[in-house]
Amino acid sequence: MVENQRWLDIFAHVILILGVATVAFPVYVAVIASTHTPAAFMSGTIPLLPSTHAPASYGDVLAGGVAAQMSVPISLMLFNSMVMALLIATGKIVISIISAFAIVYFRFPFRVLAFWIIFITLMLPVEVRIVPTFAVIADLGMLNSYAGLTVPLMASATATFLFRQVFLTIPDEMMEAARIDGAGPMKFFRDILLPLSQTNIAALFVILFIYGWNQYLWPLLITTDSGYYTIVAGIKRMADVVDSEPLWNYIMAVTVLAMLPPVAVVIFMQRLFVKGLVDSEK
Amino acid sequence: MQTKRTIFGNKGLPYLLLAPQLVITAIFFLWPAGQAVRQSFLREDAFGLSTTFVGLRNYRALFDNPEYLDALQVTVVFSIATVVLSLSIALVLALAVDRMLRSAGTYTTLLIWPYAVAPAVAGILWWFIFNPAIGILPFVLEQTMGYDWNHNLNGRDAMILVIIAAVWKQISYNFLFFLAGLQSIPTSLREAAAIDGAGPFKRFWTITLPLLSPTTFFLLVVNVVFTLFDTFAIIDATTGGGPAQATNILVYKVYDDGFVGLNLGSSAAQSVILMMIVMVLTFIQFRYVERKVTY
Repeated sequence: MVENQRWLDIFAHVILILGVATVAFPVYVAVIASTHTPAAFMSGTIPLLPSTHAPASYGDVLAGGVAAQMSVPISLMLFNSMVMALLIATGKIVISIISAFAIVYFRFPFRVLAFWIIFITLMLPVEVRIVPTFAVIADLGMLNSYAGLTVPLMASATATFLFRQVFLTIPDEMMEAARIDGAGPMKFFRDILLPLSQTNIAALFVILFIYGWNQYLWPLLITTDSGYYTIVAGIKRMADVVDSEPLWNYIMAVTVLAMLPPVAVVIFMQRLFVKGLVDSEK
Repeated sequence: MQTKRTIFGNKGLPYLLLAPQLVITAIFFLWPAGQAVRQSFLREDAFGLSTTFVGLRNYRALFDNPEYLDALQVTVVFSIATVVLSLSIALVLALAVDRMLRSAGTYTTLLIWPYAVAPAVAGILWWFIFNPAIGILPFVLEQTMGYDWNHNLNGRDAMILVIIAAVWKQISYNFLFFLAGLQSIPTSLREAAAIDGAGPFKRFWTITLPLLSPTTFFLLVVNVVFTLFDTFAIIDATTGGGPAQATNILVYKVYDDGFVGLNLGSSAAQSVILMMIVMVLTFIQFRYVERKVTY
């Protein structure tokens, strides 16, 4: 702080408290709504104080079968989301780290071309070319499978660039020493590069887990079999019909469950999360 | 391109290492993108039995189509509003946290978690709060201003709803980068200005804001990309482009025309236009990053 100005400090606190409250407000409303019975949403306004129906709301949605649109147990959707997020995060990291290794530590024909092909993926977000991409998945028979959910999202220019940067900062002497000691490329990769990039891997994993968990359009399109529904895409299918029968407590219970894992990751791994976010934007 | 002084001599291994990434890129990125370009020059009949080459007609039809021009306008309004609001709110919050000594960490944690909330979920949350029948904010609006909120019928209400959801989702990200930017500004500069008699507001305009401009520019590009593409889920989970196309942004229209309207040629032409927009934005972003690395 440059100078002590009491009124400015108070003003800053007021702004921050307002900001924190505004940011938390929708989630507060959702949590409160999930503790009520469906009857609370028949008339009047959304309740702002908690009730006692929470165990029933959460128990019912987790088990499934509350209503026609909620026949799929949420516990299954949570499992699918978890599988999807973990597979995407792991897949992206593995694929990118070995590509970066190839690009930095080898010299071979078409190296620059390979780099640019990877770069191009940055310019082709899935939303933009969704129709033909869907056609490819359908032709390959990958609809309604974990492979279809995850593999097409695994190519990652950002992660490859990140690992390339990390490898470029590792001193050349490391590799020279390893070679003198007789280590081959894969041994060098396993015993030196991997341990040295541990924190970067962890930070990136946090970001990619959130990315994978929050996927929406992709799972919505390629899962028609309810056994593969993910929770973020599943909410929409439930909310579509909710206005006719106000099951808002169930919808909000599902919403809270859908937010919980990624939000917990951000709060409990804040340092890694911030590092991952800043790293992956360079 | 940069490489190591010493390298491994293997011939086949690097290709093997690159193979997974390149195969996925080729099958799921390049091939569909190529298909989009190809289809954008074709017209398919309603049963998908025959296709004819129509040249640029799909593109020309788009720009003659008032609906597409509408979507373009909706996208511009939505993007500008979301970017300006989320950047300015995040900047104010970051400036406030930057003043804090002991409570900065707590405030930061309390402000960044919405990053983890999926855009679709953010949409649903605000959709619920603004529910015309039982929502809290429509009730407040009714009581205080006599305004009858209904995003199912009123296009402007629907637009405000999706903007609020998008801004809410994006504040945390912008806040983090602004805070990092503020903390990298040397305190000595601000101290010197304070000694010369510049008050807090003067210091903000003449020192903080100019020194923050690289961060602001970077965030501008990232946020434009966010509003153009990642907000798909917000729109789909709430308004579905309606009412009467009032929130039908370009990326939603690609999906809507392709999957719902089954107009593949037009949808492909729209895809190609969007790809070109992303290319321009990526180019701008990397030009900027390049500059940041050199100084």
